[in-house]
Amino acid sequence: MSGTFVGMPAFPKAAHEAVNNPTLRGNLRHATHTIRAKREKAVAEVSDWAELREAGKRIKDHTLRHLDDYLVQLEESVTAAGGIVHWAADADEANRIVTELVKATGESEVVKVKSMATQEIGLNEALEAAGIHAYETDLAELIVQLGKDRPSHILVPAIHRNRGEIRDIFAKEMSEWGRPAPEGLTDTPAELAEAARLHLREKFLRAKVGVSGANFMVAETGTLVVVESEGNGRMCLTLPETLISVVGIEKIVPTWRDLEVFLQTLPRSSTAERMNPYTSTWTGTTDGDGPKTFHLVLLDNGRTDTLADEVGRQALRCIRCSACLNVCPVYERAGGHAYGSVYPGPIGAILSPQLRGTASEIDASLPYASSLCGACYEVCPVAIDIPEVLVHLRERVVQGGEVTREGNKVVLKPAKGHAAERAAMRAARWAFARPGAVRAGQRLASRTRRLHPRRLPLPGPGKAWSETRDLPPVPAEPFRDWWQRTQGGAK
Amino acid sequence: MSSRERILGRVRRALADAPGEDTPIERAYLREHGDRSVEETTDLLAENLADYRAIVHRCSPDDLAVTLAGMLAARGAKTVLVPPGLDPAWLADADAEQVPDRLESTPHELDRIDSVVTACAVAVAETGTIVLDGGPDQGRRRITLVPDHHICVVRVPDQVVGSVPQALERLDPVRPLTWISGPSATSDIELDRVEGVHGPRTLEVVLVGAQPSAEANS
Repeated sequence: MSGTFVGMPAFPKAAHEAVNNPTLRGNLRHATHTIRAKREKAVAEVSDWAELREAGKRIKDHTLRHLDDYLVQLEESVTAAGGIVHWAADADEANRIVTELVKATGESEVVKVKSMATQEIGLNEALEAAGIHAYETDLAELIVQLGKDRPSHILVPAIHRNRGEIRDIFAKEMSEWGRPAPEGLTDTPAELAEAARLHLREKFLRAKVGVSGANFMVAETGTLVVVESEGNGRMCLTLPETLISVVGIEKIVPTWRDLEVFLQTLPRSSTAERMNPYTSTWTGTTDGDGPKTFHLVLLDNGRTDTLADEVGRQALRCIRCSACLNVCPVYERAGGHAYGSVYPGPIGAILSPQLRGTASEIDASLPYASSLCGACYEVCPVAIDIPEVLVHLRERVVQGGEVTREGNKVVLKPAKGHAAERAAMRAARWAFARPGAVRAGQRLASRTRRLHPRRLPLPGPGKAWSETRDLPPVPAEPFRDWWQRTQGGAK
Repeated sequence: MSSRERILGRVRRALADAPGEDTPIERAYLREHGDRSVEETTDLLAENLADYRAIVHRCSPDDLAVTLAGMLAARGAKTVLVPPGLDPAWLADADAEQVPDRLESTPHELDRIDSVVTACAVAVAETGTIVLDGGPDQGRRRITLVPDHHICVVRVPDQVVGSVPQALERLDPVRPLTWISGPSATSDIELDRVEGVHGPRTLEVVLVGAQPSAEANS
């Protein structure tokens, strides 16, 4: 992945700061609880949710199992429909391809549909370095871009901002980028949306190049799909003369019919609607309607490495609905920025360390950014067992082992900072193999319980664990003693 | 080695350990949710369209021209975009100046037009969605996007299906498709839904077909 978030502190430190920001916590709590309740209602409307979820999971697993075949088929069908296919092994290559394609048009600005893939590779920054201005046109992305901020949620990237903050950003920054905000702009959502409409419309109407991602690509027909609400996507996909779509190789579905599953599960899981206001599909180019030139950039950037991991590859099923973020107690308190990645929340905690590797401090900390409560797995419309992958990645961080990086097998060393954890596990292994020792320890703990501190002030690496946890009170009598004395409460 | 070969090679190596047989794709989900009569399907479409704040009208084929003329007048539309294959009878009574969509018309020209009237390819009752496929009576994708007021005529019951799977069956993926569920909307500011950001702020849908008689209604 790109260097967008380089220099981010590891999750515990970033989360600690977020938790102490009452405005942020208020904004996040309101947003996640609102959308969570709406989603439950939308899902309850369809009686076959479990079957749709299972079908979605199987279609994605089947696609991943034959990804090479489907990629070749997609390339053929897109080419046959008049598109041009490019392959990008990593972020740098994708950025280079897009920059050259834009330069070849002679244009120096592009309008963009909100796209996780282009954020992941840091495309806007790469284009800027080449003298090309990239305008984000999704309202939330516009708020983030004008505020020189980072997105904090997959679906609603400005979820951490309230209306007052948004008003201030628009009033101060819009004039730097184009049409200024109207005089006397208030903080009502309708007025703010109107200001964005006017500001962006002048860009849409003159744009010659559009850049997008895609929610799905159909191998059989070469069709790309973008779902959205505002119409900014439709603007970028149909008004410019050239359209460049950067899409992760995992976004394929084999057949046109397969969309019947995801067009039902994605809207209900993400925006909690029966259907999002706009869905656009296009197959290559169409004479007289939409762009004359269509480029598809197929992006690897760590996806094949993820595919090589037997447990972790299920993360590639993700359809970026963000339902897991909205139910996660950790996300709700820490916010999206703490994850140090364009993919925050539970899915980010398993996707980012796989796409980027676990070498950096932030990536090594992400598998721990979870309470393993399992709510994310419950809501996932493609049944990604996020807790399973988190535990798997924790094991990798602590113990090291063989992984694939950039297509090559490498052996990871155990991460630093986990020596105490490994020692504790060794001690536990020893003790649990000796019931007598456990019994003696429990009795000792019961007898000395009045002397126990509320928290265990561990020194060194153990401090990170102990300073955020209260010790459980020790009962007056160990359970096994109680059981023997009372015969399980019978006496 | 090209990046194409590199990526395909990585995929093949990554899958070397995967089992040869994969689990079959089971489609145990429903083709349609619930058992509805044709009338009930149309009613559900009307209900779900309205729920997403589209304005729904119903009329008989004989009343369509009067209905459309009334809607355009009520809106105060001075100009109306017309796709090349729209039935001329539909707008026979309209006062607004009819502007044919031409290949060379620029986005700025479209931006100055008040309303657009189109037909549709299919409508989905369960989701309250109309789908345009760029057919002659629907026109290019941009004409239903740039003007602020879109009137879409749905012929009931023959253009209405119950569910998303039934809609996909009817559509040709080679055509550029636009699925529309309610007017343009955003929930990006504190998740408050606001209608109308970049697309048309007003969507009016006319369900045209044989009307239930007054007696049947009472």
